Amino acid sequence: MIALLPFAWLLAFIAAPAAILLAIALATPVEAVPPFALGWNTEPLALALTDPLYHAALWGSLRMAALTAGLCLVLGYPMAIAIARAPSHCRPVLRALVLLPLLTGVLLRLTAWIAILRDEGYLNAALLALGLTDAPLHLLHTEGAMLVGLAYVYLPFMILPIEARLSAADPRLEQAAADLGAPPWRVFRHVTLPLSLPGVLAGIVLVAVPVSGEVIVPALLGAPENLTLGRVIWDAFFQERDWPQAAALAVILLALVLLPSRWAKP
Amino acid sequence: MRTGALLFGYAFLYAPIALLVLGSFNDSRLTTAWSGFSLRWYRALLADEALREAAWLSLRIAAISATGATILGTMAGLALARLGRFPGRTGFTALLAAPLVLPDLLLGLALLLLFVLLERTLGWPGRGAGTVMLAQITIGIAYVAFTVRARLAGGGTLLEQAAADLGAPPLTVLRRITLPLLAPALAAGWGLAFVLSLDDVVVASFVSGPGATTLPMLMFSTLRLGPTPVLNALATVLLALTLLMGWAAWRWRPVAGGKARH
Repeated sequence: MIALLPFAWLLAFIAAPAAILLAIALATPVEAVPPFALGWNTEPLALALTDPLYHAALWGSLRMAALTAGLCLVLGYPMAIAIARAPSHCRPVLRALVLLPLLTGVLLRLTAWIAILRDEGYLNAALLALGLTDAPLHLLHTEGAMLVGLAYVYLPFMILPIEARLSAADPRLEQAAADLGAPPWRVFRHVTLPLSLPGVLAGIVLVAVPVSGEVIVPALLGAPENLTLGRVIWDAFFQERDWPQAAALAVILLALVLLPSRWAKP
Repeated sequence: MRTGALLFGYAFLYAPIALLVLGSFNDSRLTTAWSGFSLRWYRALLADEALREAAWLSLRIAAISATGATILGTMAGLALARLGRFPGRTGFTALLAAPLVLPDLLLGLALLLLFVLLERTLGWPGRGAGTVMLAQITIGIAYVAFTVRARLAGGGTLLEQAAADLGAPPLTVLRRITLPLLAPALAAGWGLAFVLSLDDVVVASFVSGPGATTLPMLMFSTLRLGPTPVLNALATVLLALTLLMGWAAWRWRPVAGGKARH
């Protein structure tokens, strides 16, 4: 009984919409309200897979997801090690400090980054004051700004699974390797790194999956010419009002995110 | 070296937020020139009718969504923790986890298509605050359910059995034993759903209708045009609100091992 109501709700608001999305991806666009006629029309799907613009968007999303995951890994791995090696009574606080920014809204954090990166922002003011540049650099609305913003938003999702793996590992393994004469980098390469790999994989999935469908960060920090799946879906839906095309692109994105999700165990 | 990694990491996470708060108290319109402490942007914030309306709408939507998500999510979490293997459990868990995994864009688009079809065939629901709530309840359920399950996994069954053995009917066990045990998880789940709702731009942009512009939607469109000091002040107010809720969740967090705290 207690399972029935939430189950029914999820069927109505998760399963049914997913089915409708598939149905509309196969519909024909028409000039009407709503702008589609159900049927069996594979053209939007075929176009989503072949059109150069949509190809560029697909690659743009994959590139954005891969680069963000890489950046988060570079920034997050040293932090994960440091937290895992901290005295055990400090760890809950250090973990909470990693989680806390997640509770502050994404928009709020992006507001902060816009203030830092814009032409008359903090970073340019600092660079000018230090004499490192003569004129303000154009930092906002570039791919770099977008990647920094994405890494900022998604960093906790990389740190926490790696840190969990490293904290759970037996510290005696590393000690044994060191006692047996392995230099620090060999201990890292043959003990620490393999122990943390499942956490790294989980972190990569937890970052790359949502980033591949991200719209807010690219819209606020990214360059206008950077195409992503999120953007072409948004534009196909809101600007062109081509619902079957938007749904077909969404189906591609859905397939893209469902594949790796099976590897990450929550 | 480790301390260096920590210092750098936390500086990266917190410096932007600190600059944002600082900027909101700056009298100057230029973010980088400090011309004195001032509350003028907070006054401007209070005077902004559109922002006030959007904030009030968002707070109502968030409170109702969080409450709905807490009710349904608690039921789902109880089912996962206490029912064992029931038919459809795998599918149930997959549907439950979907909003945690899927990009908001997909959820928003799929839900909008559902609402449009429903409206065409049944004449219900008209798009607006109501559809935003339905969508955000759906997203919040998972967060509440997994918080509740984590809390229940630790313990409580013995107490429930004891109560049942002493003759308490199931509903009394639920009311007197299970729900009090769950209270911290319910508070944390409600808070999480509330905060998520207050931060949601993408799903709301899809499913909302004319006349129902939520605060995040308004912030997003303003940010696209360029940041204003008023937005810094608004962000600082929201930050204070979430910190307060985060502190409350931390204070009454589910303790590892599942022991009830009194």
